[in-house]
Amino acid sequence: MSRFLTQLRTELQLTLRNGEQLLLTLGIPVLLLVFFSLVDVLPTGTADPVDFLAPGVLALAVMSTAMVSLGIGTGFERSYHVLKRLAVTPLGRPRLVGAKIAGVAAVELVQFAILVPVAYALGWSPSSPNWALATAAVLLGTLSFAGIGLTMAGRLRGEINLAAQNGLYLVLLLLGGMVIPFAKLPGGIRAVAHALPSGALADVLRDTLGGNGTQPGASWIVLAIWAVVTPALAAALFRWD
Amino acid sequence: MTAASSPAVEVSGLTVRYGDLVAVNDASFAAAAGEITAVLGPNGAGKTSTIEVCEGYRRAAAGTVRVLGLDPATHQRRLGERIGVMLQEGGVYPSARVLDTVRHYCALYGKGLDAATLVDEVGLTARSTATWRRLSGGEQQRLSLALALASKPEVAFLDEPTSGVDVNGRDTIRRIVRDLAAEGCAVVLATHELDEAERLADRVVIFDGGQVIADGTLAELRTGHDEIRFRSDPNLDLPALALSIGMVASQVGTDEYVIDAPPHPRLMAQLTAWLAEQGHPLTDLRAGAQRLEDVFRRLTSGKDDTA
Repeated sequence: MSRFLTQLRTELQLTLRNGEQLLLTLGIPVLLLVFFSLVDVLPTGTADPVDFLAPGVLALAVMSTAMVSLGIGTGFERSYHVLKRLAVTPLGRPRLVGAKIAGVAAVELVQFAILVPVAYALGWSPSSPNWALATAAVLLGTLSFAGIGLTMAGRLRGEINLAAQNGLYLVLLLLGGMVIPFAKLPGGIRAVAHALPSGALADVLRDTLGGNGTQPGASWIVLAIWAVVTPALAAALFRWD
Repeated sequence: MTAASSPAVEVSGLTVRYGDLVAVNDASFAAAAGEITAVLGPNGAGKTSTIEVCEGYRRAAAGTVRVLGLDPATHQRRLGERIGVMLQEGGVYPSARVLDTVRHYCALYGKGLDAATLVDEVGLTARSTATWRRLSGGEQQRLSLALALASKPEVAFLDEPTSGVDVNGRDTIRRIVRDLAAEGCAVVLATHELDEAERLADRVVIFDGGQVIADGTLAELRTGHDEIRFRSDPNLDLPALALSIGMVASQVGTDEYVIDAPPHPRLMAQLTAWLAEQGHPLTDLRAGAQRLEDVFRRLTSGKDDTA
């Protein structure tokens, strides 16, 4: 087995063994999707809440894995000198980063393999979904969130990083148009929400999967900017120890 | 170092900077294959920075470093296959199990070593399924050593290998380190435990203020620094003792004294006779070359923190 695959296997083993990460990446998205689809309390503005929620929860799943799970895990690995130790093996830094990205992609595949059927089971009926464009959006979203997560992981101490990632997750969850429609946010906050990667990804996914995005053209641009800027920021600011 | 062997590690004029701070300043030394080289120095002396450059982890601001003939800065991956690294602390996923971790590193190095055998070699077979966070400090050190061995290293950089390890664990680690050297590996050992260096090292490199201030075998560093060290009652009449034996004794502890002189039998006899005449006990008497601890204190101007 190649070194890259060896590292990827270890990354996935550790993710599967970490109950908190499983709760974050699978438990919470599934719970939110099922609960708010069955209990119609959110001002979704759609006939069936799941039509609004499904793309938003998919965006949430991407954020959970690419930003919070990756960021917290990497932050603690940095604190425990795991990154430093691996950097001086034949694995090297590029393949270590590559294995982490592949690990994120693998977890996202599992998330989508669970969330999409659950959404369909709850009555989600997207009109002519464009899965190819949705995949491109997920890719941009993954880059954006991974950049944010790694920038924080590479600069903050383990415990502070943990708190900051969770705090940011909550803020983006509430303001990112994932479960609360943009239209229901106060005016000033609404403008900020559209400029956030969470808001842009949720909007683009709603457009590509259901044709009901609010400003898809602008959201694609916002998402693309985040996808370029945050990985560059992480590369420039990341400290290995 | 055998005359025919070329150094496995060569550091020449190395300078390492962190912004305006010069951590290592024009340091030079070498470590040979088949030898254990101890790197000692006070806090912030530059030991770890130097080793990190040798591992290819950190870049030098100036100077030349060659490990197994390769420049670590440009051949880190090739070198990574041939060196073993043991960090001072950490380096393992807290939730990773002992055997899984060693198996992971064996796979990364691809040298065909059996993970279970390595775990057994460092005495952790009974803890194979324990996670890193459940291990004691000494067990964590032994696991770190197993990871360094997984590369079947030609050069091993071991940072504080016996720190926090119990007596039996220390014996295990010392045996492994000696075996490594006996098999031809160049072992570079950074330690703050002078006793450990004295027990293991063939050669000692002492850092202070980012510079190498001493480099040689233990015998070379001790040359010309013989002493007689003894214990007796506190506050002996040292002027009277000096008059009697013709040498000045210094009080270095509550009841400990040192005479900087070779251990000539006549001087020893005069000393013991004077103590007997004065009715003082002789609770300890050692003579000969200075201990490494004393050499270290002398060279580092009395600084006593070597971490």
